[in-house]
Amino acid sequence: MSSYRIQGATGEWEVVIGLEVHAQITTQAKLFSGSATAFGAEPNTQVSLVDAAMPGMLPVPNRECIRQAVRTGMAIDAQINKWSRFDRKNYFYADLPQGYQISQLYHPLVGEGQIEIVLDEKNPEAGTKVIGIERIHVEQDAGKLMHDQHPTMSYVDLNRSGVALMEIVSRPDMRSPAEAGAYLTKLRQILRYVGSCDGNMDQGSMRADVNVSVRRPGEEFGTRTETKNVNSVRFVMAAIEHEASRQVDVLEAGGKIVQETRLFDPGTGTTRSMRSKEDAHDYRYFPDPDLLPLELSDAFLEECRASLPELPDAKRARYTETLGLSAYNAAVLTADVDTAAWFETLITASAAKQGKDEAAVAKQAANWLTSELFGALNKLGKGLEDSPVSPEAAAELLSLVGDGTISGSIAKQVLEKMLETGDGAAAIVEREGLKQTTDTGAIEAAVDAVLAANADKVEQYRGGKEALFGFFVGQTMKAMAGKGNPQLVNQVLKAKLG
Amino acid sequence: MRNHRFELMTDLTELGVAALRDGVAGGAFTATEVAQAFNAAVEAAQGALNAFIVTTPDAALAAAAKVDAMRAAGQPLGKMAGVPIGMKDLFATKGVQTTAASKILEGFVPPYESTVSQKLWDAGAGMLGKLNLDQFAMGSSNETSGFGKVISPWRKGDDTTPLAPGGSSGGSSAAVAARIAPAATGTDTGGSIRQPAAFTGISGIKPTYGRCSRWGVVAFASSLDQAGPMARDVRDCAIMLEAMAGFDPKDSTSLDLPVPAWEAGLNADLRGKKVGIPREYRVDGLDADVAKSWDDGIAWLKDAGAEIVDISLPHTKYALPTYYIIAPAEASSNLARYDGVRYGLRDLPEGANLQEMYAATRAAGFGDEVKRRILIGTYVLSAGFYDAYYTQAQKVRALISQDFMKAFETVDVILTPTAPSAAFPLGQKSTDPVEMYLNDVFSVPASLAGLPAMSVPAGLSRDGLPLGLHVIGRPLDEQGVLNASLALEQRAQFSAKPGKWW
Repeated sequence: MSSYRIQGATGEWEVVIGLEVHAQITTQAKLFSGSATAFGAEPNTQVSLVDAAMPGMLPVPNRECIRQAVRTGMAIDAQINKWSRFDRKNYFYADLPQGYQISQLYHPLVGEGQIEIVLDEKNPEAGTKVIGIERIHVEQDAGKLMHDQHPTMSYVDLNRSGVALMEIVSRPDMRSPAEAGAYLTKLRQILRYVGSCDGNMDQGSMRADVNVSVRRPGEEFGTRTETKNVNSVRFVMAAIEHEASRQVDVLEAGGKIVQETRLFDPGTGTTRSMRSKEDAHDYRYFPDPDLLPLELSDAFLEECRASLPELPDAKRARYTETLGLSAYNAAVLTADVDTAAWFETLITASAAKQGKDEAAVAKQAANWLTSELFGALNKLGKGLEDSPVSPEAAAELLSLVGDGTISGSIAKQVLEKMLETGDGAAAIVEREGLKQTTDTGAIEAAVDAVLAANADKVEQYRGGKEALFGFFVGQTMKAMAGKGNPQLVNQVLKAKLG
Repeated sequence: MRNHRFELMTDLTELGVAALRDGVAGGAFTATEVAQAFNAAVEAAQGALNAFIVTTPDAALAAAAKVDAMRAAGQPLGKMAGVPIGMKDLFATKGVQTTAASKILEGFVPPYESTVSQKLWDAGAGMLGKLNLDQFAMGSSNETSGFGKVISPWRKGDDTTPLAPGGSSGGSSAAVAARIAPAATGTDTGGSIRQPAAFTGISGIKPTYGRCSRWGVVAFASSLDQAGPMARDVRDCAIMLEAMAGFDPKDSTSLDLPVPAWEAGLNADLRGKKVGIPREYRVDGLDADVAKSWDDGIAWLKDAGAEIVDISLPHTKYALPTYYIIAPAEASSNLARYDGVRYGLRDLPEGANLQEMYAATRAAGFGDEVKRRILIGTYVLSAGFYDAYYTQAQKVRALISQDFMKAFETVDVILTPTAPSAAFPLGQKSTDPVEMYLNDVFSVPASLAGLPAMSVPAGLSRDGLPLGLHVIGRPLDEQGVLNASLALEQRAQFSAKPGKWW
């Protein structure tokens, strides 16, 4: 994957990618005003006098936004700048009431950090790669223009105006669309763990500006283009793929890459020019005189650090090393913070029910969750977040398997019933009479009947065709409607077949 | 009886803040009588002076009625109870048009009240109206207002040539000097309280940056703008500043400190105090009248017990150019919000797109001086010029502050003239911006350093026009500034007032 190359007519090209991710900070209030930030509210219902830039209105920083950005910086192992400052980025647009965006150009809140990506989740041999992060700064979002409300006029919705964003700027360290996809996925994962951004790309809570250039392997960086506001991992990868091959085509035809801003069209998967560097705004950045420099105390930083949860890499390592999960299960279960939380509630409840420690029930729980529950929910078109079966109910089911009350295959039936009815596992097993039988008399009777009905196969087995053993187990279990204790069935069969 | 009442009302307008407050509290007259007297005076002068953009007699009466009712009910009265004031039209007033004297905000009625004006109303003051000013507080003569120039009540003897009331708080200075308001709010970015106070023979103090909330004050240059009182004398300024100042969580640059009892702390005995006289302010060609009044001031402070110390503020000569980079830079950004999209003027030519609407709106709404400063500010912040101008100016600003801090290691206050001349005729300097900017040469350094500074009347020029003396103090030492000013006031015995020619 790291050797991703574009085969041009004149030879191989390497792609160089950097991402600027805008992540909306999850807070009740905007960066510099008390307005609410809920997604999907009626236009202009979440707008304060500050957000609308009324005369004489002043910004006051929202402590929680700063806190979340600092925690995010800590989660990517970044330098936290105890002294930072807000700057004004000046330009005119109808969605920008102040005529400037309050951002941080010269002294960002968070400095150098890094994120480690797994190059191929399905191939542990592929290894990992560290992607550098240059900075995270905090800034205001703009409002939104609505062009479809009136035949000749555009309307402005200021609900988003002033919402707090983190701009997370990577180093140009990625070399393929897949690496960029893995970086974005990992970044989203970390933000969701930290709780600083919900990562909802379809609602615009997270979007990426994609910087792409191409070069001959080993040579200097080429001229880059920036594709703005790409809002899914898939689109980011598509935009890179298209933009890189477009650049190769231009260069191979003897042309030059123009440093410019481009737009991605999700319909066609292509990018097109928006404005070139010559048309670029002169933003006239200068320190915002309405705001004092942001100075963070040691106590504040300590509180930020203490409030960080276990992060994805640490959790994943713990799942394999302490809980003994497979690398695959550990990856799947830590991919999203909510999945991990669900799993951890499950093993806590399972351990309690089964009187064991968590490590002893983790493997069973992980296997069941990743194969049984995910499969069943998938069929219902549901995600874990709207699973009708709670972790506590699942723990009850797993304990019934654990103590031999039901077999694994009966557990599948019980799960289906649980999803259908919402009833508890024990109640279903009781009601449906699914309890596994350990009554050797009943098992012997069933085995006798099976052997009698298949005398020819018994002959063959005894003649050396031992593979038929499985057939006899199957027939016996069938005859017992799946309720025979598998170990006992095996024992009895072995004895009777001699 | 009717005659007596009329005389009483005339006399009332001769009273200042303290006398009105005490008179209302003591029952010598009612707040309503006070409001009626000033409402009448405002109405009588409006045509001649144009001090107000809108008058609000009903607001003055309503506030007065409330004070009278509170007094009747035996409730405690506020610091400004029964005192009607003029409100500079840079302060947002809920339900009353707020324009910053610009056509771009004509008709704009804020649904909110500035912190400072609210504090004044809470202290029992009433509003006579919104006072005229230089447009967006940019000017030193009140000629840049979009609502007509303010005429100073002062005249050179029998000469009827209209004189500048100073600026930008020219409506405020004219109203107080003309006895149509006992006091008024001002704002000061580079001298906009002090210079007009000097031009009109009244007192005005710009407190330490951060003392008064900027919330709800239309911004000119955020790092410099400070509100302050303009009144007849030092005591009145102290009273009113107490009512205006205080921490405001809605302004990040507001100082989270208690408001001192400045009025109670007034003390003109300056024994043990040192007063600095900065040699750099004694510029070549300093107006002889101004030089003389400065010397008078030095003698008065000596008489009050102070020791006079020659000091140096070496970066003084760079203050004006520095100010004219920083203030326009901030203004160019602060004024970007007046774009015709959400409020105020919108000029939408047939078939215009968004950029064309911006251009048309701002071309029609802003006056020439505002446009000049937006252009200067945009230029100094531009790529390629930023470091040479803005960054450099910030460095010089720091040096100017250091000059003061160093001086304050030895002196308690600094005495200078407020302005380089007495009031000039309207129109005399309006064609030469640099000539106009030079009016701020003595007031700008204290603004850049964020220091408290006050102008008090010192006497009259040979032409019979007021001259002001300027006291600059340490950060947060408004008391020291007020006390030195009080010592000057007591010795200057300034009693001149403009003849009532309107």
